[in-house]
Amino acid sequence: MGIIWFWLVAIMITVYVLLDGFDLGAGAIHLLVAKTDEERRLVFASIGPVWDGNEVWLLAAGGTLYFAFPALYASSFSGFYLPLMIVLWLLILRGTSIEFRNHVKSKVWDPLWDFVFCASSLLLAVFFGAALANVVRGVPLDASGYFFEPLWTNFQLGDDVGILDWYTVLVGVLALAVLVMHGALWVRMKTNGPVSERAAALARQVWWAVFALTAIVTAATFKVQPQVKANLTTWPLSLVLPLLAVAGLAGVQFELVKRDEAKAFFASCLYITGMLTSVVFGVYPMVLPARNPVYSLTVDSAKASNYGLKVGLIWWVIGMLLATGYFVFVYRSFAGKVVTEKDPHGHAQPRSL
Amino acid sequence: MEQALGIHRLHFAFTITFHYIFPQLTMGLALLLVYLKTKFLRTGDEHYNRAARFWARVFGINFALGVVTGIPMEFQFGTNWAVFSRAAGGVIGQTLAMEGVFSFFLESSFLGLFLLGEKKLGRVGHWISAFLVFIGSWLSGYLIVATDAWMQYPVGYTLGPNGEIQLSNFWGLLLNKWALWQYAHTMLGAVQTGCFVMAGVGAFYLLTHRDEAYGRTFVKAGVLVGAVAALLQLAPTGDMQGRLISQNQPVTLAAMEGLFDTQNGAPLAILGQPDVQKRKLDNPLEIPNMLSFLTYRKWTANVRGLDAFPEDQWPDTIALLYYSYHMMVGLGTIFIAVMVTAAFLLWREALYHTRWMLWMLMLAVPLPYIANTAGWMTAELGRQPWLIYGLMRTAHGISPKVGAGNAWFTLIGFMGLYAVLAILWLFLVYREIELGPEPGTNLDAETAVVIAAD
Repeated sequence: MGIIWFWLVAIMITVYVLLDGFDLGAGAIHLLVAKTDEERRLVFASIGPVWDGNEVWLLAAGGTLYFAFPALYASSFSGFYLPLMIVLWLLILRGTSIEFRNHVKSKVWDPLWDFVFCASSLLLAVFFGAALANVVRGVPLDASGYFFEPLWTNFQLGDDVGILDWYTVLVGVLALAVLVMHGALWVRMKTNGPVSERAAALARQVWWAVFALTAIVTAATFKVQPQVKANLTTWPLSLVLPLLAVAGLAGVQFELVKRDEAKAFFASCLYITGMLTSVVFGVYPMVLPARNPVYSLTVDSAKASNYGLKVGLIWWVIGMLLATGYFVFVYRSFAGKVVTEKDPHGHAQPRSL
Repeated sequence: MEQALGIHRLHFAFTITFHYIFPQLTMGLALLLVYLKTKFLRTGDEHYNRAARFWARVFGINFALGVVTGIPMEFQFGTNWAVFSRAAGGVIGQTLAMEGVFSFFLESSFLGLFLLGEKKLGRVGHWISAFLVFIGSWLSGYLIVATDAWMQYPVGYTLGPNGEIQLSNFWGLLLNKWALWQYAHTMLGAVQTGCFVMAGVGAFYLLTHRDEAYGRTFVKAGVLVGAVAALLQLAPTGDMQGRLISQNQPVTLAAMEGLFDTQNGAPLAILGQPDVQKRKLDNPLEIPNMLSFLTYRKWTANVRGLDAFPEDQWPDTIALLYYSYHMMVGLGTIFIAVMVTAAFLLWREALYHTRWMLWMLMLAVPLPYIANTAGWMTAELGRQPWLIYGLMRTAHGISPKVGAGNAWFTLIGFMGLYAVLAILWLFLVYREIELGPEPGTNLDAETAVVIAAD
């Protein structure tokens, strides 16, 4: 039961990264690919009806983690207190900027909201990457089962680690590069004209950064968390996960050259899925490795009672089938490229359905 | 850790109080939107559809703020209350995760369609999307109330070998009798917020002689639904909630009522200031024997006062609890008077030009917000000193390694950020009301319609 939930939570987090990842990425490249008001409205329109639904995956994944692995939820959330609060503030600022930008046209405020939207998206990408890296590197759990990390200490991987050290910052930068690529491919696919062209050019450039950083981070990870290499060599079949990532990354370049926008985006999804599942598999059976391995939280030590997990599985499957249905319906309703039309005053207005 | 405890409590209290400004309106409005869309579907009168579109814009703003202030709530169980979460996560994690899986996906998906997909969905499809937003938000309300109800009245669990609380009866948790009454009471409160806001905006239009056709629709819908909700709020839901408290949290009842001494034929205090040191109520204005009657349906029944319980079982903020409860009940009484009077005038066909009544409706808009907040404070302060009633004390539930300094840091951060959100919220909502239900006359400032696709 524990293993099933371990993978279900991993899948939910992966789906969250795939979905919210493209709208975070679209935010991060907002100022680069869209120059005029009309172009910026296009970027907002490309994520308009879906971004808050995407964010719900974070809540649903968090809730699922809470009831399936209460000890993990309690330890990690209180230990990552400061970065999580900063993530919350960034999510609030980002949601507010999207909402306000869409409700009020103003020459004064629009550039401010554009900036807030871009900066918060960018920082969220870095923080999510750093958070994942913290889990991989291990946290200073002690016998009490709790820990608390300051934002940074000396940026080294000693016993007294902070949220940010050279390894987690490196992964944070990789995460930013990946989501920039992912978001650029989304914007490329959903828009026309100069915005789409700039997004494609950006995706091509950032691909090389993703490529280089993936190689560096992979090497660093094998050093920082020996369990990853051990798991991959113990179960050779699992090599299919990192191969998936490699194939996805190659696919992005291949489809960019072939100018197949949708396939390029899906290749990016493949890459992200491969990377995340490799990491998750790499730390198994730990769910939260400790700097001192004795105190690591594992699937068995963190999971809830079997009864709760069994009951949960029934409603979870029903609920997620329904949710998948809604998502397919919404994405189909808003399928295709976004376009703008002029309103009676000559302002460019993205067209309503 | 004593010091940190106070900050952690304030942290949760502040963020949840601010958060609940938004869902109470959206849950109430969701019902009224279904009402307006149904009217449109049945009569085909575009008037009702425009009215619904206007309220959908107000709904959208409040919903977005509800979402961004709601995410911190789920996080805080883990960040600030780690020991509680580790012990109880296997139980209340169920209802919280179900909220994400069953209601948030439903709400967010269909709200996007409701706000942006009217042309594509057609009349019936658009009605369905409004209905599903209503279902999603009311389901969300239930799962949150069920979570709180379990903390008030824990059921369906067993204790594991290390003191962890394990779920043993899923339906027991979900159909907790406390949750059923608390839910009815809470949702009626939300409906009243929606009704007072709708009627208040309608009164504003009638008083300023603009958009008067809409003003009449809004006042009528708000007053009719609001009068029913105000009455049901008192009985049976408020009454049953009170009886559950008297049976299961008698010390809470004593503190709420400011009853220090156990007595036969206990009076009901209407006004007065509790003096906890001297254990008496100053300047009391009381109805003799009333509390005994309300609690046990007998004028001379014995009601236990605070003196019947050891002091370490007393709620730790008796004065605030007493005032919260009295404000809730006092305002609830005022709501009945206002709504029933307005409904009477509506029946006599005098409401739309009775200016003093319209003024009252307009000025009453903030009151249900205060009453709902006071109601939740009554429930949560009344639960003290317990985090899970009878199972875990609040002092034992906080995150052991998050110190007061860090908790202060994030509390101050939230206060600053929420101050900005409050200003933006008032500005955006007031702007929608100014623009009115037919903003076509003022296209420059019109809400930008954002989304498009082929």
